[in-house]
Amino acid sequence: MALTEAGDRLTIAPKRRRRVQKDKVLAVALVSPSIIAILVFVYGFIAWSARVSLSTWKGLLPDYTWAGLENYRNLFADPRFHVDIRNTVIFTVVFVGGCLIIGLGLSLLLDQGLKGEAFFRGLFLFPMAISFIVTGVVWRWLMNPAAGDRISGLNLIFDSLGLDFLENSWHATPYWGMAFIAIPAIWQMSGYTMALYLAGLRSIPEEVREAARVDGAGEIQIYRRVILPQLRPVTLTALIILGHISLKVFDLIIAVAGKQYALDVPAIYMWQTTFDGYFFGRGGAIGILLLLSVGLLVIPYLVYTQRQERNS
Amino acid sequence: MTKRVVALLAVMTMVVAACGSDTAETTVAGPTDTAAMTDTVEVFSWWTGGGEAAGLEAMITVFGAEYPDVTFENSAVAGGAGTNARAVLATRLQANEPPDSWQGHAGQELIGTYVAADQIEPLNFLYDEEGWLDVMPETLIPLISKDGNIYSVPVNIHRANVLWTNPTVLADNGIDVPTSMDEWFTALDALQAAGMDAPLALGEQWTAMHLFETVLLGTMGYEAYNALWDGNGDWSSADVTAALENYDKLLGYTNSDSSALSWQDAAQLVIDGDAAFNVMGDWAEGFFREIGEEPNVGYGWAATPGTAGIFQFLSDSFVLAKNAPHRDAAIDWLKVAGSLAGQDAFNPVKGSIPARSDGDRSLYGVYLQSAMDDWASDDVAGSLTHGVVANDSWKSEIDSSLGAFLTNRDVAAFQAALVASEAANA
Repeated sequence: MALTEAGDRLTIAPKRRRRVQKDKVLAVALVSPSIIAILVFVYGFIAWSARVSLSTWKGLLPDYTWAGLENYRNLFADPRFHVDIRNTVIFTVVFVGGCLIIGLGLSLLLDQGLKGEAFFRGLFLFPMAISFIVTGVVWRWLMNPAAGDRISGLNLIFDSLGLDFLENSWHATPYWGMAFIAIPAIWQMSGYTMALYLAGLRSIPEEVREAARVDGAGEIQIYRRVILPQLRPVTLTALIILGHISLKVFDLIIAVAGKQYALDVPAIYMWQTTFDGYFFGRGGAIGILLLLSVGLLVIPYLVYTQRQERNS
Repeated sequence: MTKRVVALLAVMTMVVAACGSDTAETTVAGPTDTAAMTDTVEVFSWWTGGGEAAGLEAMITVFGAEYPDVTFENSAVAGGAGTNARAVLATRLQANEPPDSWQGHAGQELIGTYVAADQIEPLNFLYDEEGWLDVMPETLIPLISKDGNIYSVPVNIHRANVLWTNPTVLADNGIDVPTSMDEWFTALDALQAAGMDAPLALGEQWTAMHLFETVLLGTMGYEAYNALWDGNGDWSSADVTAALENYDKLLGYTNSDSSALSWQDAAQLVIDGDAAFNVMGDWAEGFFREIGEEPNVGYGWAATPGTAGIFQFLSDSFVLAKNAPHRDAAIDWLKVAGSLAGQDAFNPVKGSIPARSDGDRSLYGVYLQSAMDDWASDDVAGSLTHGVVANDSWKSEIDSSLGAFLTNRDVAAFQAALVASEAANA
């Protein structure tokens, strides 16, 4: 097969080149509608949002009066936006940290070659198939902060097991409530993180471990000095994927806690101020800041991976 | 391989293209269809379920009987308290494709949004023709007007300042229904002393705003409360400070898990005897009946402390679009919406009272009858949470500062934020 193809290439090269060009034209023609759609509906609207964020638009109908950076300045002086930033930081640290630790832990356990690995892999991955809304509704019941006679959910389980010290008010906890919202998110995404790590572990050849063993390294040393360093690129990938999910989190919070100031994040503020309050200029500014924060995370990563690919 | 990729991409682009044209068709088709037919009226609302949808159907039946030649097009959009519907409506108005008439909370929510954007017509001529000024409370009219122009036809009236009580709990503790803020605090203290941790039931953030507006009214009184909203009041005054301090104190009697409860959950606490009081609009009565409670047995009611003789209302109303595609039919619809027959068809099903004071009492239950009496005799004040007294921008800024107050309980900062939000948005 390979031989004949090579032979063909030698004899009918000019004809084939023409066909390649034709293919290219066809491909471009077929792809162009989606490229145009992306240009309009993604980049066009990003540009439009940026323009709106620099306007004084407040009210039902568009008003593009130039406001400069006024909306941005006001946001940075807005106590609600300060709460949003604080909540996003808390959520990101707990969520990303939790997913990485649990995901790595699960993948290391699965990598021990136990029986029924496929079953457990599926089990840990399943939560990812559920939407954040469903997760949120279920965890809203589980994390019910009611006490006394009306106790329910996890608190009730703790109570009946005699683990009273574990009972807490979950996301109704003052100041740190946001950390508890990260729990359902960790539940949902740590399986995915596990899959990433597992793929990383499987790409490390057995010979490397054997070589380390021959050199006299213990199992713990092998993980610390050989395996974990090789997983660094996986950690970076997971960090980027989880990080951008966490910066944009919206649906999970709405499902667990509704619209409330104590658990506000930029995406919720953007929605409320734009569609409930008609502050389109301010909403646009929040949207652009969200985009910038995600870009700050993702763009260096893209540059880095591209450079690596070019090097290899 | 490349061929397969190209084929896949081709399929994907077709899917994208198909989706695109699909949505384009649905948004364009509606208005053009209606424009082609002359005897149609398109009415936009967010009444898609429960008593609201049934009430709307009942009113449409009345409309069908009176105007058999006009096709009624019910453009209701589902989704939480109209949030989705209002976004759809905004898009249609920005594209200059208005429905003939749409639903909105009577008062500044409508006026601040649609009058400011020049999208609806004044309806004074209809009020004159139909004699509505004689059957609707005099103090209602300024609240649904701007510069002397009345902009909507209220179909139903809900009362916001209702204190729901558990009669058994009150009787067991020898407590009378409080009529002033001071009496209320005394009662709450007594209940706490008797071992009830949280005698006042509260739910998620918007119910906290609902409580807030009744405390403002109950502390400051009718005149001063109205003045806050019509520009003659002073948000930095000592009266407001006193109201905020009362509110702060009240929050101390509420359940700690309030942020996780819906309004139904909070109302349920009163029914179950876990709390003695709950402040909620009178749609709570519909909920109590639905779960099988008897009025005056399972639940009692009174005006919230300090607001006797004042009816703090909210109302769903219909407007007339400027450049309505079917203006005459839209006016016919509004005539039905404001008529006795229309309102008596809608309200018993929805569980509210008619905006007209001449409704047929026999159609309504015992609570609604008492509300009808009060509506006919009380002074009418407007609700903040439900869109009567403040425009949406102002309300959403108050909501932010109230949310901050719930977390930091800083009265001075709250008052400063209220002053600032009036200056920027009133």
